[in-house]
Amino acid sequence: MGKLTLNNVSMTYHTLHNETKTLEDINIKVDDGEFVVLVGPSGCGKSTLLSIIAGLITPTSGEIYLDDKILSYPCNKIGYMFQKDTLFEWRSIYKNITLGLEIRKEMTKENIEFANTLIEKYGLSSFKNYYPSQLSGGMRQRVALIRTLVLNPEILLLDEPFSALDYHTRLLVSDEIYKIIKAEGKTALMVTHDIAEAISLADRIIVLSSRPAKIKKEFNIKLSIEDRTPLTSRNAPEFKDYFNLIWKELDKYDK
Amino acid sequence: MINNTPSKEHLDYISRVKRRNTLITLTRILILIIFIAQWEITARLKIVDPFLVSQPSRIVNTFFKLMQEGHLLRHTYVTCIETIIGFISGTIIGTLIAIILWLSDFINKVLEPYLVVLNALPKIALGPILIFWVGNGQPAIIIIALTISLIVTIISVLTGFNDVDEDMIKLVKTFGANKYQVLRYVVLPHSLPTIISTLKINVGLSWVGVIVGEFLVAKEGLGFLIVFGGQVAQLDMVMLSIIILSIIAYIMYAIVSKIESIYIK
Ligand SMILES: Nc1ncnc2c1ncn2[C@@H]1O[C@H](COP(=O)(O)OP(=O)(O)OP(=O)(O)O)[C@@H](O)[C@H]1O
Ligand SMILES: [Mg+2]
Repeated sequence: MGKLTLNNVSMTYHTLHNETKTLEDINIKVDDGEFVVLVGPSGCGKSTLLSIIAGLITPTSGEIYLDDKILSYPCNKIGYMFQKDTLFEWRSIYKNITLGLEIRKEMTKENIEFANTLIEKYGLSSFKNYYPSQLSGGMRQRVALIRTLVLNPEILLLDEPFSALDYHTRLLVSDEIYKIIKAEGKTALMVTHDIAEAISLADRIIVLSSRPAKIKKEFNIKLSIEDRTPLTSRNAPEFKDYFNLIWKELDKYDK
Repeated sequence: MINNTPSKEHLDYISRVKRRNTLITLTRILILIIFIAQWEITARLKIVDPFLVSQPSRIVNTFFKLMQEGHLLRHTYVTCIETIIGFISGTIIGTLIAIILWLSDFINKVLEPYLVVLNALPKIALGPILIFWVGNGQPAIIIIALTISLIVTIISVLTGFNDVDEDMIKLVKTFGANKYQVLRYVVLPHSLPTIISTLKINVGLSWVGVIVGEFLVAKEGLGFLIVFGGQVAQLDMVMLSIIILSIIAYIMYAIVSKIESIYIK
């Protein structure tokens, strides 16, 4: 069985004026260590789905399992990364990274040591006492990832984590973050609008329909390339085929 | 960033800016001197009536006379203390109420229209009622000062609270933060600049409250001196009090601005 399992998850938002059916019977299974990418039209409910998995909102129906056990919240095995890096401007980089530990009251010696290891390993040592405004966009996103990893989550949810960066930085940062996630052996579920980015990162791509989101199609991404990284993936011969397939799938929105 | 050897143009630029700034300062001082001088001269030549508009030399004399009698410092001290208590308590109590409203959306919604009405109401109008309630004395003055700044504080601090990026709150929630932790780690630090700038506004409001309060009830303070001076037709005393008032109000404002610039970079 999978690491993370969504079983018939549905979500309807209610307001006084109307109700918005956003997710309809979503069934997803993500294996341990797998990198799954969700793509779908704007406003179809991708962020909603991640928020449900993170426990920020309760689905109207359906269950979520982690390691085959029903997930109960608050759950400290799930980390969430947003489109904006949401670093706290009034805290130093180091204090940003240990924020989660502080809130969970887990500032133990081992955890602080672990935080320092990650800081060192991923090249942030010399920036520890800087403030977020002194860092570049790509660097900030790296800090945001380390901040999540410090809590040692088993699953990472990433909601368009690179979309605020310019194209060049975006390629570099996605490569970097992919490598970190793989090196730390995390399972990842990511949302993106960028098909090429999806293919370059994903083990599997799930295409969602427009609202209410249903699973439309899944693609297992198999690239005949050695030492796959997001940057090298783009050179794989299969890359453009996947691109066209997914493009067509997304293009069929309203039919 | 800065070159070790600044270029000629840069040096020129710096000296031009400096010259301009010196000119501005000199002009300011000059205006003040001219104003005081013409006041003194026109009063001496009886072009204006010194009984009605006073006269710089008489103000200075009154200053030394009152200083000798030893009351002036006391009056100034009383007014300052009332003002400081007024704006600090206004800011603290206002922030606390804003926190309560932030914590309970229900209370917030219920009180919303009342806040709007109270905000629109000129608080000075409550003066006589407050005096009736808390008595004819210093507490009444402080409460008038506090009432003036309280509602504005609640409203602007609460606006600051609601201004926090939703994603930041979501983030700490995924860390397992409860509502108090959201407040402590996100909302309060994020709103600190708002709270401090509210403090700055409250300094001004508190002065208004204290002076009006002293007009109404006081036996001491600069506001009392102003009213008393008016009643005994001592315009020198009134003018002196007003001048002291503006200098001290400016100093207090400058101190709070300094605090602000330390916290808000
Ligand atoms: N709190 C809410 N109350 C009511 N409706 C909501 C709420 N949050 C989201 N929605 C609606 O649900 C739908 C899905 O929103 P969601 O943000 O999950 O989409 P998305 O796929 O992430 O969009 P995007 O591609 O723009 O990021 C949207 O139509 C949105 O208007
Ligand atoms: Mg979204």
